[in-house]
Amino acid sequence: MSTPTATVSTAPSGRLAAGPRRPTTRGERVGAVMAHHFFVYRRTWKGSIIGRFASPLFFLLSMGLGLGALVDARAGGVAGLPYLRFVVPGILAMQAMMLAFGDSTYAVMGYIKWNRMYSAMLATPLRVGEVLGGHLAVVALQIGLATAIFLLVAAPFGAFGSWWVLLAVPVAVLTGMAFAVPLFGLSARMETDSGFSILFRFVMTPLMLFSGTFFPVAQLPAWMQPLAWVTPLSHGVELSRDASEGRWPGWLGAVHLAVLAAYVGVGWVLAHRSFSRRLLS
Amino acid sequence: MTDDVLLHARGLTKSFGDFTAVDGIDVLVRRGEAFGFLGPNGAGKSSTMKMVGCVSPATGGELRILGMDPAVDGPAIRARLGVCPQQDMLDEDLSVEENLWVYGRFFGLSRREVRARTDKLLDFAQLTERRHDRVEPLSGGMKRRLTIARALVNNPEVLLLDEPTTGLDPQARHVLWDRLYRLKRDGVTLIITTHYMDEAEQLCDRLVVMDHGRIVAEGSPRQLIDTYSTREVVELRFAVDEQERHVEAVRGVADRVEELPDRLLVYTADGDDTLAALHDRGVRPLSALVRRSTLEDVFLHLTGRSLVD
Ligand SMILES: Nc1ncnc2c1ncn2[C@@H]1O[C@H](COP(=O)(O)OP(=O)(O)O)[C@@H](O)[C@H]1O
Ligand SMILES: [Mg+2]
Repeated sequence: MSTPTATVSTAPSGRLAAGPRRPTTRGERVGAVMAHHFFVYRRTWKGSIIGRFASPLFFLLSMGLGLGALVDARAGGVAGLPYLRFVVPGILAMQAMMLAFGDSTYAVMGYIKWNRMYSAMLATPLRVGEVLGGHLAVVALQIGLATAIFLLVAAPFGAFGSWWVLLAVPVAVLTGMAFAVPLFGLSARMETDSGFSILFRFVMTPLMLFSGTFFPVAQLPAWMQPLAWVTPLSHGVELSRDASEGRWPGWLGAVHLAVLAAYVGVGWVLAHRSFSRRLLS
Repeated sequence: MTDDVLLHARGLTKSFGDFTAVDGIDVLVRRGEAFGFLGPNGAGKSSTMKMVGCVSPATGGELRILGMDPAVDGPAIRARLGVCPQQDMLDEDLSVEENLWVYGRFFGLSRREVRARTDKLLDFAQLTERRHDRVEPLSGGMKRRLTIARALVNNPEVLLLDEPTTGLDPQARHVLWDRLYRLKRDGVTLIITTHYMDEAEQLCDRLVVMDHGRIVAEGSPRQLIDTYSTREVVELRFAVDEQERHVEAVRGVADRVEELPDRLLVYTADGDDTLAALHDRGVRPLSALVRRSTLEDVFLHLTGRSLVD
């Protein structure tokens, strides 16, 4: 066998002087996880930012103005509103859901089994909750940013009835997280990515269509309406529409918030458990 | 001195359902040692390393790392460990230096500290030239060195290396070994797993031989070879189907003979004497090679199998 010992040089090994290790706070650790994701976004934002502006425009032109002109001429609007003002707040909530699906499926599987960065993170002082929470916080910020851009693009078209529409941003974030948090848990349980296309086709697409986004839930057959009310999107859509028109939603608003919060809360418990089981076996 | 004991395991066990991957091992590693787990694939090396790295709870037994219990103080222990896992786990979309920056932040290092350390670590890993490049197209050896550099970002007292050179070409292995020698010289405790006997002989002061989740022998490479093998080994190759015919004659002149499908290994104190004796008995192999005993021979003797399939 050869003897590589001979090649040891006297150059410094790069090891640094031993020093005390300052204990870190939870906030610092979650911030460090978020910083990692920001570095990744810094490499990819150019691609996604075009989509962030383009997708609101497509929706506005096709649904709001194109279909809207037809609906308004035939039926005089929907639920007492011009179709544009009916549909755009709904699309805001729907976009939040779509972004949540996009950021909580392949991305999570990637961090688990493709580049294994979650495992790399857990070899440091980070805890599972911090790895999970930091990633989710970045997803939430993404959804907030995309919603704000949508507001900016749609407002000049007269898509909103009130300044209260600013509240549609936190509503969209909450709606998105009601999907993202449980989806993180689900993705951490999937062995392969083949299930994701089924998820998109048979969960996300029906929810987009049947959650009161494009027409009121009351127009659905009676047996389908409960499906809308037990899933998060319809609640986000209603809250978003109320915010857009500056309507006080009353106790029903509390119900909407409670449903969304329940999805986030129960989702967190499940996601935390799935992550622990998958990454710390 | 208990203060000098960095890793202490007693009856350490890891089960996955009915299957026991690590079956009650006892290990003790002192500060400054280069300690190895040598065993074939499936021996339970990675499972052991994950328990030591505090990312996999032990099923049974006792484990103390840096004097602490992983079940209680996992994060505090991990703050003082460097982990180089079997698979690289780098973010391949980020650049070389970005991988170090983000990782340093996980340990609570300030942005300034991280940048200062990055320069030194890149120098150590011989990656300064590639610091702005994305990780994805780098060679296996470079990725491995980056993983080690990243594991050093928190200035760990113990560096865990799970199969550090598996899958690398000989050139890249030697570069990596050289880096590990430097760390050892600087007083970093190394805990290494490998299924390469040459790697264990080169790097480890002391090692345990692992098979089927159990420790079958322990000592320095020299001690193990002295205890479980002879000074020299003669490798005999015969024409097809001839090996069987000569086994009995060969057994007559050696301490021990191992029959492999393609050759006979003859264990003896003096290979040339043995060859001469065989010649006298009319044994004419196609080829005969005299070499020193290695850890591979130790493993073969202890388990009846070879290390690498
Ligand atoms: N998460 C797991 N679930 C079930 N079996 C596992 C798991 N991890 C490892 N094993 C099994 O445990 C045994 C030891 O694996 P490992 O510790 O990876 O060995 P080594 O690193 O020595 O090759 C193998 O038979 C492997 O299949
Ligand atoms: Mg292994």
